[in-house]
Amino acid sequence: MEFVTFEQVSLAYEEGGPLAIRDISLSVKKNEFIAVVGPSGCGKSTLMKLVSGLSEPTSGYVYMNGRQISGPQKCIGMAFQASNLLPWRTTLENVMLPLEIVQPYRSQMRKQRKEFEEMARALIARVGLAGWENKYPWELSGGMQQRASICRALIHKPELLMLDEPFGALDAFTREELWCMLQDLWQEQPFTVVLVTHDLREAVFLADTVYVMSKGPGEILVKREIDIPRPRTLEDTYTEHFASQVHVLRDHIGAIRKH
Amino acid sequence: MAFNRRKFMIRNASWMLMIVLLLIWEILCIGLNVPEYLFPAPTAVWSAGIERWEPILMHAWQTFFTTLVGFALAVGVGVVLGVAVGTYPIVYKALYPLLVGFNSIPKVAFVPVLVVWFGIGTVPAILTAFLISFFPILVNVATGLATLEPELEDVLRSLGASKLDILRKVGLPRALPYFFASLKVAITLAFVGSVISETVASNKGIGYLMMAASSSMDMALVFAGLIVIGVMGVVMYELFAWMEKRFTRWANRGSNSVAI
Repeated sequence: MEFVTFEQVSLAYEEGGPLAIRDISLSVKKNEFIAVVGPSGCGKSTLMKLVSGLSEPTSGYVYMNGRQISGPQKCIGMAFQASNLLPWRTTLENVMLPLEIVQPYRSQMRKQRKEFEEMARALIARVGLAGWENKYPWELSGGMQQRASICRALIHKPELLMLDEPFGALDAFTREELWCMLQDLWQEQPFTVVLVTHDLREAVFLADTVYVMSKGPGEILVKREIDIPRPRTLEDTYTEHFASQVHVLRDHIGAIRKH
Repeated sequence: MAFNRRKFMIRNASWMLMIVLLLIWEILCIGLNVPEYLFPAPTAVWSAGIERWEPILMHAWQTFFTTLVGFALAVGVGVVLGVAVGTYPIVYKALYPLLVGFNSIPKVAFVPVLVVWFGIGTVPAILTAFLISFFPILVNVATGLATLEPELEDVLRSLGASKLDILRKVGLPRALPYFFASLKVAITLAFVGSVISETVASNKGIGYLMMAASSSMDMALVFAGLIVIGVMGVVMYELFAWMEKRFTRWANRGSNSVAI
């Protein structure tokens, strides 16, 4: 079942200005994990804005659940390279933020605060932050902040999780740890994921389908299914098969650069 | 031991500097034999203050009251306009040049207008204190709101948050440190405003007291008045500095360890 569909979508931020993306057509199935890779400035973030309804396409159509997207969508979780946690809230309060905004949680907040708090605590523990609920963001390391940020993106059980280079600022070891964490979360309770990244290994490790984009205006060059069985482990990243997948993608990007 | 002494010095530096300055002042006045009607020594100022504590207290209370009322008005108007300017680009575009222009007018030049409208006394003093102190509050609140990270806004908007939600959950808490920082500036400016107005057009307040005293060459009383204003300013400043620390601890973390 198609969940998100792009039909010949182009977008220029200014009228008559250069296109940020051109003629993008793709479709994401329900609970599919897709990754979009490409050089910087290829309009990956634009793609995210279109899906979430924060931008409107100049031409073409974006559908979600068969309906055309107009205006900001509800029930999307987002996480970025910067964790964007609110410094005046503790980890727990930060994670609870979406529940104060999204319906139906919002109107039940007063009555069911206890249950919601338990829900948040469980999720926080699930990503390995148990014991840090009452700490402030500046007391957490970069990796922990990112874990909290992902909790915040998932607490309201969104159908779609959008990740814009969420692990870009982390060291290699922490990054790989978080890959596994994200995969576990996704396998336990599936949701649709759009992951935007520079990191080909990350894309191959996590995604069912990888899209390679070209630079300005962004176009989709290649769509590639990753057939490595799940759950994938870090061991898998050292296999011949994994390396060849990364290599093929790398070749496409290399080809882009030569033009 | 040496370390402890250094800590002691840092903690009491402000008092020690004040004492040293007072001593130098006293020694200069006595040593150079400066007449009291030109530049009274601290001891003379002190005795004038003790001697006439009753009128000083009465006038100080008047100044304190007008300053606080003007300041309260400034906080109200500054916050409301600051939120409007910081949230709506059109309000910013429309209002900003006007506000900057208005803020460039020396408020002392405006006092006569206020006097024509409201008569001499308390009202012009309150209004001058208000006019001079609302601008920094407005600018800071607007800045705090306008510098919201776009990603953070995206996170909230993608949850379906309304503009009011974003303001309540993120904008206002985030602007709070800016707001408190501006209160410290604004309260001192409010004192400047009310005293200016009192010196020009009033028969009450420390400003009036100083004008009256200087016209009768009672310089000791003038200086006593100056010091009273200074003390009131410092006390209010410290109060707001304390509030800033208390309510926005997250924004100036780390400074606690420096403050010893």
